[in-house]
Amino acid sequence: MESQTPIAELRGATKLFGEVVAAQDLSLAIRRGEFLSFLGPSGCGKTTALRLLAGFEQPTSGDVLLDGQRVNDVPAHLRPVNMVFQHYALFPHLDVAGNIAYGLRQRRPRPDAAAIAAAVEAALRMVRLPGFGDRRIWEMSGGQQQRVALARAIVNEPKLLLLDEPLAALDKKLRRDMQIELQGLQRSLGITFVLVTHDQEEALSMSDRICIMRGGRIEQVGTPRDLYDRPRNRYVADFVGKSNFFEGRAEAAPGGQTILVAAGGHRIAGTAPAPLAAGARVAASLRPEQIGLARAAPEDGGRIALPVEVVTRIFLGEHTEYLVRNRDLGEFLVLVPRQAEAATGAFDPGEAAQAHWRQGDALILADT
Amino acid sequence: MTRRDIRTWLLVAPAAAWLLVMLVLPLVVVVVFSFGERAEAGGYAPAFTLDNYLNLGARATAFANTLTLAPLGTLACLVLAYPLAYFLAMRASPRWRTLLLILVIVPFWTSILIRSYAWIFLLGGQGIPSLLNALGLGSPRLINTPFAVLVGIVYGYLPLMVFPIYVSLDRLDKRLLEASADLGAPPWRSFLQVTLPLSMPGMATGSMLVFILLMGEFLIPAMLGGGKVFFVGNALVDLFLQSRNWPFGSAVAAALVLVMLVAVTLYMRFTRSWAGTRDDVSLM
Repeated sequence: MESQTPIAELRGATKLFGEVVAAQDLSLAIRRGEFLSFLGPSGCGKTTALRLLAGFEQPTSGDVLLDGQRVNDVPAHLRPVNMVFQHYALFPHLDVAGNIAYGLRQRRPRPDAAAIAAAVEAALRMVRLPGFGDRRIWEMSGGQQQRVALARAIVNEPKLLLLDEPLAALDKKLRRDMQIELQGLQRSLGITFVLVTHDQEEALSMSDRICIMRGGRIEQVGTPRDLYDRPRNRYVADFVGKSNFFEGRAEAAPGGQTILVAAGGHRIAGTAPAPLAAGARVAASLRPEQIGLARAAPEDGGRIALPVEVVTRIFLGEHTEYLVRNRDLGEFLVLVPRQAEAATGAFDPGEAAQAHWRQGDALILADT
Repeated sequence: MTRRDIRTWLLVAPAAAWLLVMLVLPLVVVVVFSFGERAEAGGYAPAFTLDNYLNLGARATAFANTLTLAPLGTLACLVLAYPLAYFLAMRASPRWRTLLLILVIVPFWTSILIRSYAWIFLLGGQGIPSLLNALGLGSPRLINTPFAVLVGIVYGYLPLMVFPIYVSLDRLDKRLLEASADLGAPPWRSFLQVTLPLSMPGMATGSMLVFILLMGEFLIPAMLGGGKVFFVGNALVDLFLQSRNWPFGSAVAAALVLVMLVAVTLYMRFTRSWAGTRDDVSLM
């Protein structure tokens, strides 16, 4: 059974560097055993949040809690938390085993050499580098160094494993492999993982929950599905998956629907996950896969159709991605599945078409 | 020869010529002289004798002084330079750092001769001893003692030690210290386990630089040792310029080079094994 106390918590944590607000009023409870990601562009405060948890920074105001205990004044070396650094920060003067054993050697009373050696070998097996203990750090490839950094942290069995953009330096294929491996490792170890990333795909594929940040604040916290289906505003929707945005003014409509009135008088109906004032500046979010492409406007009265001109066509295998342009709404993306395209035939750039979607499918979001 | 070969030769030639004329030839002359005899009026007379080498015992004190005070002086420089370099690299704000670094080399703007004169007065009867006397702490003799020579050495050679250590600490990736703290090491253990080993190259370079120069030192012992604490360098000045016994002087010089070679080799062995087999621990 999971304990109810969050493993870690930020309570109104604010961090100022001089005049600069690095993190503002962060409140977030991290659940025991979950995989949580901080997602946002550089400078959004996600790294500061991580460093507050690690103990490298103390909050200017507010509290940091670990396992129910306030740890504001507990220095990094006394926190049961370990970090995988962005560029690994492996010790160049120690070999692989020396790096991994480093944390164990700091314990008092110090574990005996045999116990340390066994733990190091177990950690090496866990990251699939058995027998690499006596290698030098600079003899290892980037991916291998990444694994050593991971082993160096998990060998200490921390309550919280913090990962600061751990995969940023790896090439795409290796990154994909490591994502899968990290997830597997997290499940088998049962350690709570907190990841910082600017890569939405990485956050979406690995996390149980994502905390989206902007300008030092938390925008929204939720499961990837929550964020995808019910983004609080345009910023969040833009961060989670590809989306098209049409701007306009909100107008209340019956049945809990909201209508967006866009340029050219187009009325786009949709649901608003967050309450909106009538007349507010809003954006309608439509995923490229929600939009179809046809030669003639569909008969179905429940669908809205817009005349468009095809700008570019990109073949993606299972799908074809079209960039199309409407006179009033500008350019947007349409993702057509292979089967649908088999029925209509491919559209060439410059060709006229009808882009259509089910009226009501859109999400109407605050345009911030 | 290809153009490339010619270019390589042109680049190497000045340095090679310099080494040949300024190092190899004099060394050969010294070795040849060291087997010769003193001419009637002083200087060199051709001969082949080992007497000069068998006589080296006559200058044993100079060798003993050099071989104790040079390592001691190096150690004193190291111990005093490290905290200073550490402060400059790790603690000083960037605004102050440049100014403080300049202050470290400011003494070099005046001649070592003048600066050593200043120390003669400071350590002499009217200087620090009289001050101590006024405070009722007795009046120890400082000038013309090994201590005075050590003071002069530290004063003169400290910057040569500070800079290599400063550079190695400045280049040290500060995230390694965060990683060390993150893994549970308190600050002082992070220093011992990360900072100190990673600044070894700087310490090795600085020590080597100071040690080699100290082995040939003669000015500081001459001025602050007052003929009582003399180095091999002083013996050489004496032999070549005063008693004009060039062959014996050459033997002493050759012996010094040999001693230095052995000492440096041993030292390199030591630092190598200390730093493991890392090939990036450069010594010079």
